[in-house]
Parts: sequence; structure tokens; C-alpha cells
Amino acid sequence: MSSNDEYSDNEYYDEEDEDVYDMEDDGSASEMELDGTADYDPSRPSRKLYEVDYDTLTQEDVGRLMIADVENISGIFGVDPDIASLMLRWADWNKEKLIEKYMDNANAVSVAAGISPPEKAPEGRSQSSSSRQNALGPRRSSARRGAQDSVKSGKTKLMERISPPIEDAKFVCPICFDDTQTETLALPCEHKFCKSCWDAYITSKVRTEAESRIACMGEGCSLIAPDQFVRSALEDSETWERFQELLVRHFVSEMPNLKYCPYPSCTHTVSCPSATKSSLATTVPIVNCGASTTHSFCFGCNVDSDHRPVICAVAKMWLQKCRDDSETANWIKSNTKECSKCQSTIEKNGGCNHMTCKKCKYEFCWVCMGPWSEHGTSWYNCNRYDEKASVDARDAQSKSRASLERYLHYYNRWANHEQSKKLSVELYAKTEKKMEEMQVTSELSWIEVQFMKKAVDEVIKCRTTLMWTYGMAYYLERGNEKELFEDNQRDLERAVEDLSELIESPFDPEVIKTLRQKVTDKTVYVQKRNEIVLEDTAKGFQEGRWIWNVPVAGLD
Amino acid sequence: MTSTRRLQKELMDIQTNGTPVGIKLLSADDFQTWYFSIEVLGETVFAGEQFALKFRFDQQYPISSPAVQFVVDDKYKAPEHPHVYSNGHICASILGSEWSPVLTVIAVCVTLQSMLASCKKKERPVGNDRYVLHAPDNPKKTRFEYHDDTV
Repeated sequence: MSSNDEYSDNEYYDEEDEDVYDMEDDGSASEMELDGTADYDPSRPSRKLYEVDYDTLTQEDVGRLMIADVENISGIFGVDPDIASLMLRWADWNKEKLIEKYMDNANAVSVAAGISPPEKAPEGRSQSSSSRQNALGPRRSSARRGAQDSVKSGKTKLMERISPPIEDAKFVCPICFDDTQTETLALPCEHKFCKSCWDAYITSKVRTEAESRIACMGEGCSLIAPDQFVRSALEDSETWERFQELLVRHFVSEMPNLKYCPYPSCTHTVSCPSATKSSLATTVPIVNCGASTTHSFCFGCNVDSDHRPVICAVAKMWLQKCRDDSETANWIKSNTKECSKCQSTIEKNGGCNHMTCKKCKYEFCWVCMGPWSEHGTSWYNCNRYDEKASVDARDAQSKSRASLERYLHYYNRWANHEQSKKLSVELYAKTEKKMEEMQVTSELSWIEVQFMKKAVDEVIKCRTTLMWTYGMAYYLERGNEKELFEDNQRDLERAVEDLSELIESPFDPEVIKTLRQKVTDKTVYVQKRNEIVLEDTAKGFQEGRWIWNVPVAGLD
Repeated sequence: MTSTRRLQKELMDIQTNGTPVGIKLLSADDFQTWYFSIEVLGETVFAGEQFALKFRFDQQYPISSPAVQFVVDDKYKAPEHPHVYSNGHICASILGSEWSPVLTVIAVCVTLQSMLASCKKKERPVGNDRYVLHAPDNPKKTRFEYHDDTV
């Protein structure tokens, strides 16, 4: 690192010191003081310019946040926590909105959130509902009462048809028609079904539809089952756990400062309040959920798990461009011409300039595109080259060719690093083998050959950075700043390729010690170069140093 | 199995109480696939026409909705209706998001019958050809968007 960089580091930390202190507990304050003298202390989790502040939360942590909101609302409205929870879910966890609407019309909120049935139900079955508006939880009743209730629930023509024949003492569930079921459950709407049908229904909703909003099974009924009800209906504790996870996911998705870890079956959440929409123009909020070191992702977008140093909007644009087959069209434009009579696309792959269109038999000159007949006797030697029309045509052609070549320059390098990264699995396997070999042929112990794995780790990490620097450079406006950027990029690339070559080359047991020293040194160097690229790019974003050659979404 | 018991019960109900006017059970040989014939009564654009409905049930019935479509073969064709594709697939919320386990096969028939009855103009849904070209065999695999409750 140059002294210049060190200076800028310190300058930055001075500004942010307070924040950093807040995050640290008492024990680390002394380490902070050391920072003035020590250049880099890996034991202290200091924040670099290209990193963001974030917290990791487990599912339980998020659950506690939810409970706090629920208790708050439950206290203000004076309702059961389960009811408060249903209202909050209906209001997408927006407390202010909920309070406002509730103060305006508590009844309407209660109906909309699926807590109580509408007052004036068209079927006229609200007799008992008004008195039980806030009643909650499962209603268990004897089979006798159930039978009476199911008469009431035969509300429409269709329902009447299918209502089971009613015997005096037996409740027959209108879903499974099993008259041996004795346990029934109903929401305040009093649509009564047997417990095992509720269980099957909720399990199917939770397991196959990933739905945490459990509506009553009654036709056209919009009541929502509160948590207590769901819990009592479910036999299987796994489904109950899944249900709770879904609730947490819903909560997290509604909170702008929270994000669920996108890795399969991971239940951790990251809180990153600093990653606001406007901050995405200058920072790349790469976070890790804390469950595993591999669970890194970008808080701002889902383009790639780590697209540093380039910001989300540009990364997205680049990927879109690479995916787009507009480049195919570009190729066609650069390599072909159209017959000026029938517009068929023609690729000239050899021969003289006297073209005859295969389709319409039109004869023309490939050089000036004019009709061949005008070329008179100057066969195979176009003397009309300087005429204006042909000049214009050729200018347009060369421009498009240049733009294609420029794109391919960046794309090929991008793709090259991506390809090398993809081969990392093989590289790991190869390195593993090499490390074993080293232990056999030399005196090095297992711990002493770990330098190889470290080197591979670093190479792969840096290739990701390099990949995205090409995506970024493509969109950078030409100038000094871009040149500096590309200098840093070149230094990193050279270092990475050197190291890559070192670890892939066959090794000589005689000079293993020298190799080890070399690889270790190079790894440290590569690490530093990577840091410089990330740090300087991040700094450039904050200083507004990077000028794009195209309009970028979200930037002005 | 829930589905078998429930279907047995529905079948018994049909056999003892009969079916609503215009709806007839064609066949119910097992508890996987049933066929019904359906006619629209009165002065409608479908007067005099007869259609056939095919019901397919899975083990989760009635928790999960049955797969329902009009039969299209030598004998029957799909009604020309803005919610019915020419391959017999039906875009009706009751068969998807609005399905409720308390609904029955007959209830579905009646709903579809009234859907046909309220039709004023014979026409196919927008994008019929494109849908039919790529449609899955089972209409339940299609995610319909329900945006028109008028017909």
C-alpha cells in the first residue's frame, strides 16, 4: 500500500470513528487506540471503505422484533396479541398505517384483517358474530352442538345441496364426510370442520403453497386463522415451525432494513439500515448472514453474491448486456451487408467485389455498394470509392465494428475470469492432491502446506473482483480517472495471473521451501492489490470520481 | 384416504338425490376421473348444445381443487366462451385461488353451468391460440389470472 492510501484510510476512519466506537464493546477500545500507530490489525474487525455496517439476526432474534411490535399494538388497542398480530400482518407490519386506520374505523380493520366476519353478511348469518367479534382461537364443541351449527352454515344453494344428512347426535364434517370425528374447530365465522381436515388444509397451505395466511375453508369466507388456532389444529410440530418461519419471512420482506439470507434452508436475517436506495449509488452493501462464511450476498440487489467493486445498477446493466443477444445483431452489422435491392443479408467470405445476390440476382460492388453496371470497364477495381454515399456507408460500418470490438475486449476478459472461477472446484481438488504430495515428498507438515489452499482462496476471490472491474470499466467514461482505475486493475490482474501460474505449475521437492516463500509472499501481495482496487473504487464512488458513459438507473 | 371417502359420499349423494337439471353423470368408474355432461337451459347462446366435463382428482382432494376441463374429442367440443380455451381448459377462479374444500363436484358443475348461461357473445379468450399451443396437459399447472367477473 502506498503512503497515500494509508493517509486516506486514516482520514476516513476519523470521520467514522464515533460509529465504530458505538459498535465495539469496552474491551476493544484499547485496540482502537492502537490503530493510530498500527497499520493493519487483522484481529480487530474494522470496517474498510468498501464494507458496510450490518447486523446478523437469527430467526429467534427476528421473532423478538415481531413480538415487540405485536405487544406494542396489543397494548395500544387493548386486544389479544394474536389479534394484534393478524392486524399487523394485514397492514404489512406498518404500525403507523395500522394505528391510523384503526383509529379511523376499528371495525373495518377487523373485517379486512380477517378477524371478524362482516357485520351485514348477505347470507344473514351474523346473528351471533357481533357478540363474539373478538373471540379467538379454536372453538371446540361437542358433537351435538356441531350438528346444529352445520345446519346454520348451509348458507347458499350449493351448500344446502351438499350438507350432509344430519343425524341428531352426530356431526359430519362437510369436507371429509367422516362421522367418526369428534374434535371440531371453527373460527368466529362458525364454519365448523373436523380437526383432521383443518390439519390437512393448513399443512397443505404451509407446505406446498408456503402460505402463512390461512383463510377459513368455508366457501367465500375470508376469516384468517390466528396463530393459536393454527397451532391447535396442527399435529405435526415441523409444520408449525415452518409456519413460524413463513411469518418471519413475511415480516422480513416488509422491512426495508432487513433481508432474508437467500441461501437454501438458511433462516438467518441481515439488518443493514445503511443500505438505503440512495446509498446504492455509492456503496456496494455485501453482507454475510453469519450462518456460514459462504453465505454472502448483496443487500442491494440479487445480481450476484458479490459484485464489488461495481455498484448494483451498473452490475445489472452489464449482465443484461452480456445476456442480450443484441450483440449478435452487432456482429451481423459488422460482418455483413445488405443487398441494396432485396435487403437480403450477405456475408462475403471470399472472392472478388463483384457480387451477385443469390436471391434477386442483383449485381453490385461490395466496396461501394453501387450497382455493378456503373463500374463500366474497371472490372474488379472500384474507382467510385470516394463518392459521398459510399463514404457514409463505410463510416457507419466501421463505427459499429469499433463498438463491437470494444465490447468484446471487456467481455472476453470478464468471461475469462468467470471461466477460471468456475474451474475453481477442479483447482481445489488439484491443489489438495498437490498438498498431499508435498507432505510425502518434503518435510513439510499438514499445517505448513496450507499456504497452497490460502493462495487458491485468494485467487478465486480476486477473480471475482477482476470480473466486475471489467463490467465497470466498460461503462466508465474515458479519462484520467478511468486510466487510474485500469492501472489498478492491471496490477491486480498481473499479480493474480502470476500467483495462479505459481500454484498450478509442477513443483520440485528440492526447492519446496523457496516455492512456499514465493507463494506466501505473492498471496499477501495479491491480497493487498485486491484491497487497493476495492478501496480506491469505493472511495471514488464517495468522491463522485467515476463518470459513466451511459445513463445509469438511479443516478442523476 | 380422505379423497376416496369424500368422493364415495359425493357419488352416493348423486345416485340417491340425482343431479341438477342439465347436468348428468356420464361415468365415474373410479375415484380418479369422472365425466359429466352439461347443458345450458333456457334462452342462451348455447341453447341446444351439449358439452362434457372431465374431473380429475388427486389424493389431496378436497383440500386441493380437482382438475376440471371441457372434453374435446370427436363427440364433444369446448364451448365458445371468453373463459374457455379451445383445448377445454377453463379460466375460473373457483378452480384455482377461490377453491374451497367445502365445494363439491356438483357445485363446480353448477357454477360452470351458470358461467355459460351468463355468456352473451360466443368468443374465445384473448391469446387462445398461443395458450393452447403451450398449455400443459393438466390445467391446474397453469397460473390463470382472474380479472373478469362479469361473465
